[in-house]
Amino acid sequence: MPTTPIKNEPVKIGYYICHCGTNIASVIDVDAVAKYISKLPNVVVSRNYKYMCSDPGQKLIEDDIAKYQLNRIVVAACSPLLHETTFRNATRKGGLNPFYFQMVNVREHNAWVHSDREQATRKAIELSRAAVERVSLHKPLEIRKLPINPNVLIVGGGIAGIHAALVLANAGKHVYLVEREPTIGGHMAKFDKTFPTLDCAACVLTPKMAAVGKHPNITLWTYSDVVKVDGYVGNYKVTVRRRPRYVIEELCTGCLECIDACIYKEPKFSDEFNLGLGKRKPVYIPFAQAIPSIATIDANTCIELKTGKCKKTCVDACGDRKAIDFKQKEELKEITVGAVIITTGFKTFDARRILYYGYGVYPNVITSLEAERLLNAAGPTSGEFLTRDGRKPKQIAIIHCVGSRDENTNKWCSRVCCLYSLKLAHLIHERTEAEVFNFYIDMRTPGKSMEEFYNRVAEEGVNFVRGRVADIYPDPSDGSTGHLVVQAEDTLLGKILKVPVDMVVLSVGLEPDPASENIRKMFNLSCGSEGWFLERHPKLAPVSSFNEGIFIAGCCQGPKDIPDTVAQAGAAAAEAFSIIDLGNIEIEPNTAYIIESECSGCKSCIPLCPYSAISFDTEKHKSVINEALCKGCGTCVAACPSGSIVQNLFEDEEIISEINGLLEPIEVK
Amino acid sequence: MAKPKIAIYWCSSCGGCEEAVVDLAEDILDLVQKIDIVLWPVAMDFKKKDVESMSDKSIVATLLNGAIRTSEQEEMVHMLRRKSVYMIAYGACSHLGGIPSLANQFSREQILKFVYEDGPSDVNPEKTRPLPSYVDNGRDLTLPKFRNVVRSLDQVVDVDYYIPGCPPTPEITKNAIGALLEGKLPPKGTVLAPDIALCDECPRKESKPTDLSFTEFWRPHQKEIDTEKCLLAQGIICMGPATRAGCGALCTKGNMPCSGCFGPTSRVRDQGAKILSSICSNIAPKEDEQIDKVLAKIPDPVGTFYRYGLAHSILRRKVSLPTNGE
Repeated sequence: MPTTPIKNEPVKIGYYICHCGTNIASVIDVDAVAKYISKLPNVVVSRNYKYMCSDPGQKLIEDDIAKYQLNRIVVAACSPLLHETTFRNATRKGGLNPFYFQMVNVREHNAWVHSDREQATRKAIELSRAAVERVSLHKPLEIRKLPINPNVLIVGGGIAGIHAALVLANAGKHVYLVEREPTIGGHMAKFDKTFPTLDCAACVLTPKMAAVGKHPNITLWTYSDVVKVDGYVGNYKVTVRRRPRYVIEELCTGCLECIDACIYKEPKFSDEFNLGLGKRKPVYIPFAQAIPSIATIDANTCIELKTGKCKKTCVDACGDRKAIDFKQKEELKEITVGAVIITTGFKTFDARRILYYGYGVYPNVITSLEAERLLNAAGPTSGEFLTRDGRKPKQIAIIHCVGSRDENTNKWCSRVCCLYSLKLAHLIHERTEAEVFNFYIDMRTPGKSMEEFYNRVAEEGVNFVRGRVADIYPDPSDGSTGHLVVQAEDTLLGKILKVPVDMVVLSVGLEPDPASENIRKMFNLSCGSEGWFLERHPKLAPVSSFNEGIFIAGCCQGPKDIPDTVAQAGAAAAEAFSIIDLGNIEIEPNTAYIIESECSGCKSCIPLCPYSAISFDTEKHKSVINEALCKGCGTCVAACPSGSIVQNLFEDEEIISEINGLLEPIEVK
Repeated sequence: MAKPKIAIYWCSSCGGCEEAVVDLAEDILDLVQKIDIVLWPVAMDFKKKDVESMSDKSIVATLLNGAIRTSEQEEMVHMLRRKSVYMIAYGACSHLGGIPSLANQFSREQILKFVYEDGPSDVNPEKTRPLPSYVDNGRDLTLPKFRNVVRSLDQVVDVDYYIPGCPPTPEITKNAIGALLEGKLPPKGTVLAPDIALCDECPRKESKPTDLSFTEFWRPHQKEIDTEKCLLAQGIICMGPATRAGCGALCTKGNMPCSGCFGPTSRVRDQGAKILSSICSNIAPKEDEQIDKVLAKIPDPVGTFYRYGLAHSILRRKVSLPTNGE
């Protein structure tokens, strides 16, 4: 990079105010601003120009630098987000260090928000004068390059994680896929069919799961958690805890013989994969197509692991394969990756929170996810949709918006419930021939083929009642047979309905998973007030987080259906690819550094850094900033009680001179 | 050859800085050998006119302690400035405004009203207040004018060096005078003490945790203080991180928190704002109500964080009053 500053070289500033067509010039008297600025000390050139960002506009800067030996440039135009890089480059092309430049935002911060021409012009002068004051103090800075590790970590093995992993792995990048459950597949693996096409979830998902399982570029760690994250884009150091499953993955063939041989002849323990609707043994595989197809032994229920006094029939059954290891310990794996994709998904709303729906009280009130498992041919009832007492239901209510669009629980629309409720109505009607009542607030079926699907289900004879259900109670005329009454106002008829049913399906909404809060903190992700992870920009950076090199996809960012999730996962994979494929990354130089001789080692700054960039050097007894981690937020600079932290581009003198430039009174003639 | 002439003068001060000079102990004898003291009202009988009659710049250095509040103090410091080659602000009051400048929280009217009318020990039914001039039986009586605000020395005259502390320790006094006599002075405007925060020389430094996470604050008398552990870690406000070193951590060695008398480092404009920003960002609760509860245990924030530096701080009162001569 050019330009070491010449000592005591007189400051010569070029100032340019952009018309931005009429965007700026129609509100601000750009001529008057340029005239005022031309009279300030050190200003050699002061111009206004129609489009500073155009090629001739940039050329103007380059030419003036050569002609007038300018050594500082100020451009008053739009937001630095848009064109700071443009003008820094023009400054560099003119032969100056690109940080001898300061941008003034007179469009978003001024012309677009003001209408009084005189006041707006005055404000433009003040803002420009502040920039002129501070730019004299600018120092030449270097954009540094750091090498990038080409591997990617994906946290969460649902459909988002699976898809992103395959995209990257197929492109030749190595992926670490970490999943907390014994198998990948996430929520999608639990679904029966998918809307609106009604193809079987397993049929489309399990081939992708299998592809992950055998992909040479994917290291799959299930039953594992991310426990520690350090580092920065291009160089994240991540520690993954692999919980013991007491089965050696490399040796297990997934033959299931240990499960058959288990001392428990019958499955006895609540089966997590089937939401407790079925039973499993202490040694189990969550479902037939689980990936990896490896048994897991649950330490809470296995007799050998609890008491050490089991006959270990499973070990006998495993025989020469010797895959069972009761002494297995948790293992910490440390990996380095260049980018991270977070796909931790969601949790469904806990229907117990709405007391009057009686979930957890009346056995025949179930959630939509439980309904999926009951409908699933591989589920606990082999696809038979029966009441808890084994009856074939004749009338069923499906209640939409349980824990969605509700002031008392969650305010947001969970986006998928209307459509999966239609799907469940169709499937239940098809399997049981029961009469189905869907209680909805508004029927929301946007998207390709979705409205058509709604019409189809309606034509099949499902009853739709527009109204929020107010109460569910046991049928009083019916003794204790388990029949329920659903009471709601049909807002189209203006009548209170009391519908007797055998079962109620609560279409629970999607919520941020509290278990991923930990992940959020480790990766320093922001979240909205609801808890969904926050994308950097809702439109233009939908899968980026505020941290370089960390991306989000799927329902951890907000409720969405499978196609949108897969689309985001693909986008996140592409974004991650575009970083790791570069080989190295440029670091903005507006970072903070600690002047070692001035630091008293009081440690005040260390806990404040939101990027964990500051550590304590125990030998020198001073704090140290890792400039690769520093994002230039300035928190430590403000908090350093002895003023020993300096931030490039935001040195105290630069800021104070800027304030002075802003506050000095102005005579506009 | 004539010995270099030194003046020692006091303005709004408690006398502690005079004690500090005496605190040099036997070293003072050595000092007196090397210099001529030409003015030292607390110890020697010189008159104003004696100094007035000296030619300009004939005094090498004036060590001036105390803040500036009255017209008489202004007159004296202007005269001493003229007569001296070096004007040295000696002690926290002269350096930063010191404890007297805590009066800058109140207007002149509030102060006079309290002192002469509302004070608990006042007996003044006529509400008489002192007047700058008064004629009694044909005799003209005058009093110095009481200015709007208390100022540090450099807010009144040009200052060459600062010797910090309340009072300055014998060590830094000796070093400063030594440097002066040997002509080994740093650039003008320097505070003659190390430019690093006190934690650097505090014996408790190692015990300071990385994350203080304040949940409660205590005043020193409210708690049995651990003699080894960082005071901030015990919830006691210690100004050490925001205060210049050089005293040898006298207070923290004496099991009391640093109260900030050496002022900030050269890089800090406002000592109180700095320590506030540091302490407040380390408060554990994140909700307003809980934060308020924690902060309520600092009963006198200005007196705590700006004990010695209110005049020099960027804080102003609700009503901005002129800080010039009036």
